Amino acid sequence: MAAAKGGFTTICCMPNTNPVVDNEILVEYIKMKAEREAVVNVLPIGSITKGQKGEELSNIGLMAQAGICAISEDGKSVENAGLLKKAMKYASMFNLPVFSHCEDMSLVGGGVMNAGEMAQRIGMKGISADSEEVIVARDIILARSTGVKLHICHISTEGSVQLIREAKLRGEKVTAEVCPHHFSLTDEAVEGYDANTKMNPPLRAKKDVESIKKALKDNIIEIIATDHAPHHIDEKNCEYDKAAFGIVGLETALALGITHLVEEDIISPLELIEKMSTNPAKLLGIDKGSLEVGKVADITIVDPNEEYLIDANSFVSKSKNTPFNGHKVKGKVKYTIVAGKIVVDNGELMD
Amino acid sequence: MLENKDLLGIKNLSPFEILSIIHTAEKMKLRINNKKLRENTLENYNMVTLFYENSTRTKMSFTMAGKYTGARVTDLGVATSSVNKGESLVDTGVTLDQMGFDIMVIRHSMTGTANLLARNVNASVINAGDGINEHPTQALLDLFTIYEKKKNFKDLKVAIIGDIAHSRVARSNIFGLKKLGAEVVVCGPATLIDKNIECLGAKVTTDLKEALKDADVVMGLRIQLERQKGGLFPDLREYSQIFGVNKDLMKYAKEDAILLHPGPVNRGVELSTDIIDGEQSLINEQVKNGVAVRMAIIDLLIERRKKDEVTNTKWSASESFIQDRWEKRYTG
Repeated sequence: MAAAKGGFTTICCMPNTNPVVDNEILVEYIKMKAEREAVVNVLPIGSITKGQKGEELSNIGLMAQAGICAISEDGKSVENAGLLKKAMKYASMFNLPVFSHCEDMSLVGGGVMNAGEMAQRIGMKGISADSEEVIVARDIILARSTGVKLHICHISTEGSVQLIREAKLRGEKVTAEVCPHHFSLTDEAVEGYDANTKMNPPLRAKKDVESIKKALKDNIIEIIATDHAPHHIDEKNCEYDKAAFGIVGLETALALGITHLVEEDIISPLELIEKMSTNPAKLLGIDKGSLEVGKVADITIVDPNEEYLIDANSFVSKSKNTPFNGHKVKGKVKYTIVAGKIVVDNGELMD
Repeated sequence: MLENKDLLGIKNLSPFEILSIIHTAEKMKLRINNKKLRENTLENYNMVTLFYENSTRTKMSFTMAGKYTGARVTDLGVATSSVNKGESLVDTGVTLDQMGFDIMVIRHSMTGTANLLARNVNASVINAGDGINEHPTQALLDLFTIYEKKKNFKDLKVAIIGDIAHSRVARSNIFGLKKLGAEVVVCGPATLIDKNIECLGAKVTTDLKEALKDADVVMGLRIQLERQKGGLFPDLREYSQIFGVNKDLMKYAKEDAILLHPGPVNRGVELSTDIIDGEQSLINEQVKNGVAVRMAIIDLLIERRKKDEVTNTKWSASESFIQDRWEKRYTG
């Protein structure tokens, strides 16, 4: 429902749930639940290893038959490069893309925010940019040797942008995505120790945000995704170190894109649509993301000029963990139509 | 007079506030030294200490400081309290707040916990050390000790030696010393210093002699053995040979340089025994000054509270905007 309110007609759900989605039965269960309760299309993603333990491969083939759209170890990286390489080879047999969350835990070392001047000012343990970049580099190399379709999830650093830019110049099959918070906020937002600013990857420095915007402009980053991660207030109104990583994003993504990218002349409105609709559909190999006669009527109608303050209380998402409460934005979803059925009518969710 | 209801860090104190704490501490120290001057000015006030992390000297120092002013001091034995049953920090704080404590002293292994407590309670919160962030009362007692000997901070060179990256003592001292016009050089193994600390105004070097050269104040920090297990340096033997300060190295500092250490000292590791017990060492004086500085802080915070009672200032409403936001978001 949060997705519909935010103007999304199809969402992909990551497998790092409890239990981990690592076999076809859970995939069937998600599809069944979605059919009964969801107002938008749900495409499950399967895990790479059983229980995301990094030890043995999940039932990738059976999950492919059950209808997963990709495999991913989201929330962490497959630590063992040999195992990941095998998974990539195996997945390419089913033409499944691999979605990589890039994070080397040995370099994270208990950090909770971006390593840099801000962390130093407020006395917090930092997550260095290299902890993300070494895995981006590793996964690009492994994708090259296995020929799998690699998609790098939620990149956050200047170095990751460079690595992907270079890979693309070499003509490699790699796509990249960024989350709205990584082009809208910097690590300055962490200053008051509000755990709603705690996410993984963390909010980065100004230079990273700038390089991400440039990469969006150059189409080095062709996809904007939310990394939607709902958490209960008790997991956030506590010690910053203890608080859960992650923020909700579905209901703020489009407005943040319009406010921070289109209004700032980084990309055109059409390019924003491509990055939030056409390109993701292309990556997943589904026949969506275009407005043509004969296609499924999944349509979102937006008023790009409506200005308002984000109010977490008005979210239909059960969780309100966002750092954007009170943030002034432009652009509001007016209508969301899924397969010809209006699910959001004049900004309000239909019963 | 202090500006805020809490003492959370040196970062948000003005030079004027720091100096007023030091001057009050001077008066308080007389009370410790002379039994005839002791008076129970704060006998109707209540203070609780919450130590989520082990401590001997800081906890005892706060307890004694409270008692010298006449306040009623209680310790929430964290190990034997409901914290062990899984009660959250905020819930514990709110519970104690309802019992009418005026001052809460908190030490915790995580950064930002004093801020979290402060925005959820009416009591004045004193940060007795939060994670790797700040240990303001330690820095204030160090500043007081420096002030007693040097009478001025302007253009003093202060060398801080040791594990800078994990030291809230170093950070609070850097904030304070820079505000008062001193020059700060930090020195230690490259794995124990984050270069970004330069943004706080400290100079970074890994050359011990360069750090000590012409220093007015030398501050050693405790090196913790668990850092070695984390692969940050090979072993204590190597550490003490490259970064340990001894009598010969102290000669690089000015002749009238003073030696400080927050304690407890690893004798023969970060400092050699002869200088710990030597003429330049003020390590024992620091302990006494710690009580005086904490008396001063308690006194000034109570003074602030008395003034707020007169003007009817409600801190929990104005200060804790984040909590307000939470409430607005989740109730109703």
